[in-house]
Amino acid sequence: MKFWDDQKNREKVYQLLALLAVIGLGLFFYSNTKANLEKQNIATGFSFFDQVAGFEISESLIEYNSEDSYLQALVVGVLNTLKIAIIGNVLAVFLGIFIGVCRLSKNWPLAKLAQGYVEIIRNIPLLLQLFFWYAMFTEIFPGVRQALTPMPGVFLSNRGIMFPSLEYSPVYLYMGVAFFLTMIFGYFLRRYAKKIQDQTGKQIPYVLYILGPLVILPLLIWFIGGSPLTLHLPKLQGFNFTGGISVSPEFLSLLMGLVLYTSAFIAEIVRSGIQSVQKGQEEAAEALGLKSYLVLTLVILPQALRVIIPPLTSQLLNLTKNSSLAVAIAYPDFVNIANTTMNQTGQAIELISLIILVYLTFSLLTSLFMNWFNKKMALVER
Amino acid sequence: MNTKIRWIRKNLFKGYFNTALSLSLITFFLWFFYNFFNWLVIDSVLLGDADTCRQASGACLAFIVDKTRFIFFGFYPESETWRPITAIVIFFIIVFYSRLKTRWNRRLLFNWMYCGLVIWLLMRGGYFGLVKVETNNWGGLPLTLMLATVGMIFSYPIGILLAMGRQSKLPLIKYLCIIYIEMIRGVPLISLLFMSSVMMPLFLPEGFSPDKIMRAQGAIIMFISAYMAEVVRGGLQAIPKGQYEAADAMGLTYWQKMKLIILPQALKIVIPPTVNTAIGMFKDTSLVIIIALFDLMYTTKASMQDSNWLGFSVEAYLFVALIYFIFCNLISRMGRLFEKEFGA
Repeated sequence: MKFWDDQKNREKVYQLLALLAVIGLGLFFYSNTKANLEKQNIATGFSFFDQVAGFEISESLIEYNSEDSYLQALVVGVLNTLKIAIIGNVLAVFLGIFIGVCRLSKNWPLAKLAQGYVEIIRNIPLLLQLFFWYAMFTEIFPGVRQALTPMPGVFLSNRGIMFPSLEYSPVYLYMGVAFFLTMIFGYFLRRYAKKIQDQTGKQIPYVLYILGPLVILPLLIWFIGGSPLTLHLPKLQGFNFTGGISVSPEFLSLLMGLVLYTSAFIAEIVRSGIQSVQKGQEEAAEALGLKSYLVLTLVILPQALRVIIPPLTSQLLNLTKNSSLAVAIAYPDFVNIANTTMNQTGQAIELISLIILVYLTFSLLTSLFMNWFNKKMALVER
Repeated sequence: MNTKIRWIRKNLFKGYFNTALSLSLITFFLWFFYNFFNWLVIDSVLLGDADTCRQASGACLAFIVDKTRFIFFGFYPESETWRPITAIVIFFIIVFYSRLKTRWNRRLLFNWMYCGLVIWLLMRGGYFGLVKVETNNWGGLPLTLMLATVGMIFSYPIGILLAMGRQSKLPLIKYLCIIYIEMIRGVPLISLLFMSSVMMPLFLPEGFSPDKIMRAQGAIIMFISAYMAEVVRGGLQAIPKGQYEAADAMGLTYWQKMKLIILPQALKIVIPPTVNTAIGMFKDTSLVIIIALFDLMYTTKASMQDSNWLGFSVEAYLFVALIYFIFCNLISRMGRLFEKEFGA
């Protein structure tokens, strides 16, 4: 038998050829890059991390000023991306579920409104929506001097939203601890109530038992602690507000764009998930005399979740990746800061590799979390 | 009549809560459309300049009228506007012609190639007495359509190959495909676009550098083919194992098996997600604004910055949103047509 007639040999040769092609391409790129970099006098490596960044960043979760290093600036960017991704994902999931349920509502106007929302939002580029919201916040809203005050102490202007902030007092820490402890107590009470229900069929309204202490205990501690309440109101000083907490228009428009856009996709996923649950399940639950919200939470949603979670995961990842569009409306996310750094240092290869690395890490972490959640929700068969 | 009343009663006014909800939603609809209609039609300014617009309370349609040519065709020379218009018409004709399954043969492929060539010559010029227009001056709708169409034409077959590679039993090819697909899907498109605009020139030998549009096009193809691969993989996995085994038993080679048995079935199943990916790509072409290509989004933004017409961004955004909306709708309509044609 000739060498070429054996399929095993052929497969080996094909794979070898593929490997050689990839390696060849890699070497080709490498040698070109090396030659080009030498010509442009750019040194490779991450030594630029320690250099002074020299640019300001408009919002940051950690201390940062233009004297700090590039590394510090990039960390600020990662944190800003995480901030928008986490807040955005949580809001998008809630809004998406809400709209998805509305689309299936038996109320015709509500269902149509939800459908119209999904159709419009899904067929317009996210970038355009971001530009639109950004224009809304920066051009339509009045200047700082004519800021709207929907509530006393809250100001809406083209510089964003200003809230009053609380002056810190140790009493708040105790309140938090009390709240947390009550929650833990509630968790065990819930387990106990479930056990009792499984054994005797008697229901314990544990939610009611917990709700009271959850509110009253922290309040009590607050009174005992001398009811500290010092608000820092945002005040107009010169051309901008000082004091209080401010949320920038960049963050707001990015958050709004991402949440509205992603929620339309999540709504469709939720709808198809709910529709995948057989109608008999709903009817059987109703026949058992369950109230309509119990039908939804105890029978429909747990089954629908199994269909929903995998595509939902990719939507969460999409939101995280789409947050990189921040660069278009000047929110200082990671891609934006990496881009600025790239323009200043010319270290394109290092920075783009870094962008890829950071987003791959985010993707991996989200996938791991959602896989864990998926396993928890998966059908437990006998 | 009776059934209609019953339908209304059942769907709008079942119980107090539903009645209240329906009434408030309908009131909201009416209020919204009344105001929107007033803004868009009654109080709007169709003819005039920025000052007339600022005095009126409605939409400034005059701004859109004045800027329509620029939004659609960007910096393409004004005297040559007929050329991109003709190109778009040719494009629509060939797309419309391709709608029937019976026309899907080798000849159609050639027809597409001829049309592509004609469009290229028409847009580029330099021959037959046409003024030469550099690709740097292409912009607006033709650019957006080109990025999306060429992107789709290339990423579809590449995606199929990647999906087949991922299912392959040759471990090396399988892992190379997996690495490629997962890498690309894990990063945002922007990073690939940056890569195409900053890193690509470094990768290539000096003197050989394709223009910016082509590099961006390459990045879009790289990006979408990874997503396309996952869509096709879904189809490949949905084909029962018996089909693969039967094809093997017939003594078909791998490529015959794929071409004749598996892919025709698999691609048919995945028409809906394929269309969704295509719509996603059409929307994603708007990202090229970030590396300063003059696509539809860029021309819109640029016309808003005209100092004669400051402050009408809402009109411009709504206008371009409408264009994107119409095209996305057309794509999804085409998808439904294909589903019917191919009996999926």
